[in-house]
Amino acid sequence: MRFFRDYLAPRLVQYVLVIFCGITAVFFIPRLTGQDPVLEIIAQIQAQGASLDPLAVRNLMETLKELYGLKGSLFEQYLTMWRRVFTLDFGPSFFQFPTPVAQLLRIYLPWTIGLFATSTVLSWALGNIIGGIAGYFSGKSWSKILDAVIMVIRPIPHYIFGVVLLILFAYVWPLFPARGLSIGRGMALNLELVLAILRGSFLPALTLVILGGVVWFQQMKLLVQNVKREDFVEYARVGGVKERRVVFRYVLKNAMLPQVTQLALALGQVFSGVLIVEMVFSYPGMGLLLYRGVTRGDYNLVMGITVLSILTIATAVLLLDLLYPLLDPRIRHR
Amino acid sequence: MEALRELFRDYRFAVGFVIFLFLVVLAFLSFASPYDPIRQLQVPRDRPPSRAHILGTNSKGQDVFWEATFAIRNSLIIALIAGLVSRIVAILVGFVAGYRGGTLDRVLMGLADGLLVIPLFLILVMVAMLLRGSMTLVNTGLLLAFFGWAWDARTIRSQILSLREREFTKTSVLSGNGTMSLVIREYLPFTTPLIFSTLINNIAWAIGMEIVLAILGLVRLEIPTLGTTLQWAITYQAMLLGHWWWISTPVVLTILLLVALYWLSVSVSEYLDPRMRIQRIGARS
Repeated sequence: MRFFRDYLAPRLVQYVLVIFCGITAVFFIPRLTGQDPVLEIIAQIQAQGASLDPLAVRNLMETLKELYGLKGSLFEQYLTMWRRVFTLDFGPSFFQFPTPVAQLLRIYLPWTIGLFATSTVLSWALGNIIGGIAGYFSGKSWSKILDAVIMVIRPIPHYIFGVVLLILFAYVWPLFPARGLSIGRGMALNLELVLAILRGSFLPALTLVILGGVVWFQQMKLLVQNVKREDFVEYARVGGVKERRVVFRYVLKNAMLPQVTQLALALGQVFSGVLIVEMVFSYPGMGLLLYRGVTRGDYNLVMGITVLSILTIATAVLLLDLLYPLLDPRIRHR
Repeated sequence: MEALRELFRDYRFAVGFVIFLFLVVLAFLSFASPYDPIRQLQVPRDRPPSRAHILGTNSKGQDVFWEATFAIRNSLIIALIAGLVSRIVAILVGFVAGYRGGTLDRVLMGLADGLLVIPLFLILVMVAMLLRGSMTLVNTGLLLAFFGWAWDARTIRSQILSLREREFTKTSVLSGNGTMSLVIREYLPFTTPLIFSTLINNIAWAIGMEIVLAILGLVRLEIPTLGTTLQWAITYQAMLLGHWWWISTPVVLTILLLVALYWLSVSVSEYLDPRMRIQRIGARS
């Protein structure tokens, strides 16, 4: 009971707050621009050469306002926004009219979550473990070489790194498909499909694991270099505990816990990276959907993607918070 | 000057500085360009590098090298606007929140945290979508500035928090100095190095973000930047057609620019953190 009150309840409140603030920001920030998406669409239609009489324009405007949730006063629009969030109904998509946005999202979201989860867990684990070992043996030459390589990779943004891998491994040395994965309905789940998925997801996942892992590597290395100098490590070593045991059981384990908290803070940015990488490799996730939505001016779709992303990130942070007591006995036994 | 000599002893600072200088020279070369940056079909199309066009020409009939000089210049302009304007916001928010504390601090930091948790990139895209027609260099820079201050405001605030607790703050207040003079004369010099290193990081972020916005077609595509150059190369299937000189130019330039900036910033912030400096000197002996 105390665990619930001291640990769980604040997390749940935070969960609700993050979603509330996020959705509110998504509602208000675009309105600060003073631009009207409805007028924009009409301008686009007219620019394409269609001549509309004033009555048709007014009807069109009404319909578009309804579809965009721009009807009524600001407060009414705000309520509409929340109704849409709760029902996950964002109206029809424009570039695949009349498919509802919700249906598109349902097809693409699992792919993004799969990539997001796999690459985040892998990059976190690999980055921290390798970073920890490199930090413990920071005097060795292999550790210094690794450090120098990472100094070059670290500042490269997701899109550029993706393009480099794509050029190298899909064109120069065509190991992987350049066009990405195509998904269709009614695919039979067989070995061939699984292999195709693995082949198509490899490069996007590799990009994310390297770029994410590099950040964890650097943080962990610094942490371990500090933990290493603490008395208990010295004591264990003098006491004749095997080096390997000292590294993994004492040093790494101690330095890894704060990194879980760091992960929770970074998830928003990690997720943005996933969307960007999906665009590079035409991976069939929300990033690709976003690309298509933006290039075709599909405001409803972009809105749906943004809202769903906020929900995904907030949920991921909550899950991480719920997992944390399993890793840290101090919280379990408080 | 002493500090500069010390910094140059770090190979990362020296290398970063030389690369950055090289790119700045390239950017200034754009003023001497024989070609117009926007007009198409000025030279034969799709030629590989040769003596007349050292980086070849692209499918739009432009010289890749001279386009690239404009691209670096414009990307740097966007990044500088974004970096400098968001520094002003970050400094104001950080100083006010750190020095005043209390409710104001909580509200401002709540705002900053809010901006950090939501996927900023998506909100940036939504806003850019609405402003699409008017995304010139200046406006793109301002838009990035609007979203780029949150993390650095936090960093600056924590520095101010620790400065506020120091002895000299009390001395200054008790000797009758006004808040403004305390903040500007005493705190600003202390935080300048920190602000400088956040500026470099922010510039790197802005350059990366501009590329994504350009790929999405959300900036004015006719103005050459690192992002739009890459976007055109991808649109014209430069990868598939093997026009490597076209697509690799913005990629290589971006990597050089960002690596240079990153090395400068790491070197400066290590120089500022005496603990790290001791470790470095210790590791050397």
